[in-house]
Amino acid sequence: MSIPAIESIYLPTLAWIAKVETMTATEKFFTVELPRGQSLGHKPGQFVQISLNGIGEAPISISSSPSRSNGKFEMCVRKVGDVTGALHNLSEGAQIGVRGPYGRGFPVEQFEGRDILVAAGGLSLAPVRSVINQIFDNRKKYGRFIILYGAKNPGELLFAEERDDWKKRNDVEYLETVDKGTPEWAGNVGVITTLFPKISVNPRNTVAITEGPPIMYRFVLMELLGKGIPEDQIWVSLERRMKCGVGKCGHCQLDHFYCCQNGPSFSYAEIKGVMEAL
Amino acid sequence: MSLKIINKPDLMPFVSSMMGEYQVIGPVENDIGFKFATLTDASQVRLNYNTTVIPPRKALLPTQETLFSFQKDTLAPAFDMKWRVLLGVHTCDLHAMCMLDEAFARGQPDTHYMKRRATTTIVSMECLDPCDENSFCKSMNTLTATSGFDLHLIQLGEFYAVDVGTTAGEALLANHAKSHDATREEIALLDKTMSQKWAKFPVRLKLDGKDLPALMGISYKSPLWEEVGKRCFGCGSCNIVCPTCYCFDVRDEVAMDGKSGERYRIWDSCQLDEFARIGSGENFRKTHAQRLRHRFMRKGKYIAEAFPGQQGCVGCGRCARACLVDITPVGVWNSLHEAHA
Repeated sequence: MSIPAIESIYLPTLAWIAKVETMTATEKFFTVELPRGQSLGHKPGQFVQISLNGIGEAPISISSSPSRSNGKFEMCVRKVGDVTGALHNLSEGAQIGVRGPYGRGFPVEQFEGRDILVAAGGLSLAPVRSVINQIFDNRKKYGRFIILYGAKNPGELLFAEERDDWKKRNDVEYLETVDKGTPEWAGNVGVITTLFPKISVNPRNTVAITEGPPIMYRFVLMELLGKGIPEDQIWVSLERRMKCGVGKCGHCQLDHFYCCQNGPSFSYAEIKGVMEAL
Repeated sequence: MSLKIINKPDLMPFVSSMMGEYQVIGPVENDIGFKFATLTDASQVRLNYNTTVIPPRKALLPTQETLFSFQKDTLAPAFDMKWRVLLGVHTCDLHAMCMLDEAFARGQPDTHYMKRRATTTIVSMECLDPCDENSFCKSMNTLTATSGFDLHLIQLGEFYAVDVGTTAGEALLANHAKSHDATREEIALLDKTMSQKWAKFPVRLKLDGKDLPALMGISYKSPLWEEVGKRCFGCGSCNIVCPTCYCFDVRDEVAMDGKSGERYRIWDSCQLDEFARIGSGENFRKTHAQRLRHRFMRKGKYIAEAFPGQQGCVGCGRCARACLVDITPVGVWNSLHEAHA
């Protein structure tokens, strides 16, 4: 009796940190290089499990768009736990493990021909950036492009260079705000919902993508629905405790959904009325 | 496939013979009742056991299992390479294993489970009497089984009828047991025994198990969750003794050298406070009521809907026996049913 050779689905691929940049007091931005120049092959909105031997794994959103992969991917990591804390101590050249990509991303192909409205809060600009750059790199396929971004204070605003570029571009309408300003801050002050009266959309032809802390969804969804955007054209990404990434371990379950498989991207129509969703 | 007969005196030699080739895991007696354990002597097996505290799923999904070991830059996957026979599995647990097979094979197959399952031969066992007042297998339609086993034993006085379910079972029987084809009289006795058995088992749920998904679908907002939640300690015993629970945590352990170690998975419980908590501290099921509702939704609705033909609860009664504050599936489901009746 012989047993055929098998692979473990939990075995990470060994990869390298190609670049580390400090973004804020709690966030670092990592560029990860996969072996043999292989591409991650992800879709915008998917995530990976980052593994450090002896410490564990953490689900991290992919911040780079597939259109700019080139054998590398990027991720923005907030220092909140054991794995993310240890990642913050690593420097360029360090080896890490990667599993994935996992989950269902945003179906950007389905959005072609539509106006796109992105509303991101706080750290969520990092995962949403994978969609934003995918759209910029395929700009002709989409209609109007509006980005709304809010953070707690000016120090927590991410991707300064890219935001400067958005402000200059004429193919995107970009608005940003902070909950609490500083003496130097000359921009909008107020939560992200204060930006909505400043924009007008053609609701039937608009796809909205929103990502933020759980508390933000309730209010942003009211704004989007209030503008008349249909429920199946509003997309969110839900954060849960993805542990195995393959729909087995149960930690990310949300009603009958496994967030790591059925999500993390969901249309509002799919999760409307699901008690534990929002 | 076919019906064979093993005479009672030939059963122990059958077990002994299998032990020569396989790790044989079967019910044995301990100080608090029975448990599934690797036999070291055929005489240890107690095929007339009523139930076990921990279900035999531990043979397919061990309480703790190494996924891979690491040594500096190298990772080595770990697989259990034993061939085993799981002996004396009751039909409630057999139905649960069929569900586990589906859950681990679905989507990206769990290679660790699949490997262990592929090297496990299941010899199940018909219950002829109810185990105690907590089981409700008749309501859950798990009182017997027509598939899922390799061999299935039914004790008929001085002999065992053996239902052959697969070619692996047929080979196991041919290689290790002295058996003969069932005679007309033996088949008649089997028929009579099965008919008599049916009446001995009570119907304990006020609805059929097949209607649980519908009942649960209208019970999200029931006040019962808060009421029962107030009693629940959130200890997780219900999950640990459940044959259909399969959630796990993944952890790392580093050896004394500080360099090598392993990543392993370990049984987990959705009733524990931190189960749905994420890195930022947000907990998506903060209260006992939310966590209890989640468990009952999984048992009564989510699993049955995700895996058509399978059940999230098999009516074994283990969680009712284990609960320190008498929260029972029969009690919960009957209350919900009455509230809507």
